[in-house]
Amino acid sequence: MDSNAALVDFLLGLGDDRLVLGHRLSEWCGHAPILEEDIALTNIALDLIGQATLFLGLAGDIEGKGRDADALAYFRSDREFRNHPLVELPKGDFAFTIVRQFLFDAFGYHLLQALAESAHEGLSGIAGKSAKETAYHLRHSAEWVVRLGDGTEESHVRAQSALDEAWRWTGALFVPTPAEAVLAESGVAPDLVGLESVWRSSVDEVIRNSTLELPEALPPTGKGYRRGDHTEHLGTLLAEMQSLARAHPGATW
Amino acid sequence: MVAGAGTGPGTTTTARDVVDILRQVKDPEVPVLDIVEMGIVRRAVVEEGRIIVDVTPTYSGCPAMKVIEEGITSTLLEQGFGPVEVRTVLHPPWTTDWMTDDAREKLREYGIAPPGPVEQFTPIQFSRTVRAVSCPFCGSGDTETRSTFGSTACKSMHYCNACHQPFEHFKPH
Repeated sequence: MDSNAALVDFLLGLGDDRLVLGHRLSEWCGHAPILEEDIALTNIALDLIGQATLFLGLAGDIEGKGRDADALAYFRSDREFRNHPLVELPKGDFAFTIVRQFLFDAFGYHLLQALAESAHEGLSGIAGKSAKETAYHLRHSAEWVVRLGDGTEESHVRAQSALDEAWRWTGALFVPTPAEAVLAESGVAPDLVGLESVWRSSVDEVIRNSTLELPEALPPTGKGYRRGDHTEHLGTLLAEMQSLARAHPGATW
Repeated sequence: MVAGAGTGPGTTTTARDVVDILRQVKDPEVPVLDIVEMGIVRRAVVEEGRIIVDVTPTYSGCPAMKVIEEGITSTLLEQGFGPVEVRTVLHPPWTTDWMTDDAREKLREYGIAPPGPVEQFTPIQFSRTVRAVSCPFCGSGDTETRSTFGSTACKSMHYCNACHQPFEHFKPH
């Protein structure tokens, strides 16, 4: 894989993670348990979709085939999406949304911090800006994990069950794709092994405060997946997200 | 984005003139502030009669950015300056530290608590002391945070225990 193709693949992954998770969060609009949380989740969705637009836009520029962020978001099939399976899982209950968000925010925060120092200038600019926003997201989701875990009996049970489910998908975050291996060598992207250890220490600190328990080890399902592998859930998400753009190509409003 | 018929602003137009005109463009979500005092306009240059304006977005997903870019172009064109090219620069990322003192005072008068200086941000820190935001209405420091996210990406929600008024705070970012 040449370095340009690797960079496009990697940027699509960064964009798709945020687009898909942003869409999942937006499903809470009008449905969150309290008004403040409704506003918070949709604000975070807005940041993620904004970041996705920047990453996908850069991917399209480098690819050089005339595809902009919208073309990449609305006119690729599920097989072409490069997101991690963790972000496409259904939103579940509020506990699952929060626990999954926390696990991804911690990953995104450390990854973006590292990418802010990337040898690629366009990528480092987007990452530096996105890292500042993601710090707010991580604070928010980490505090909620503690509140739910160390809250009522009901919230604890739900948060633990969410952690048991979401945890097994985190293994895929750290299995390098061929593109990530090429880019780590040239200093464009960080090495995922180093990233896993800083991510893990952030996760450990929050989980310790939450009175929740981490499942013992990552089961093989997590390690069997990597970026770009999908569950059956992505197809239905994209069907909803893309239907308007596909029914009326080029529509503006 | 390049717009305009190439009529040109004339040889005497300077970057300073351009920036002065851009002060007429307001942030649609915080209409009391213009885009220069917000720190959104990073640079304006006049090159061979062509105006180039570098802008930086506040938040990645801020829906106001599109409106702001259109406002820059239309305001300059309406006053006979053009063609105009608006470019987006992301580095260094926008920070509320670029907001002028005047702008902060205008925010407070408008009823939005202005941002304090940006501090080193540690996302995971459970025993942190939260700096109280002064109430923009009565000035009391006896306030509490209701939510770190608000009606727009740049604001959080607070409540004043002294005058019992809910208020918004422009987050240090």
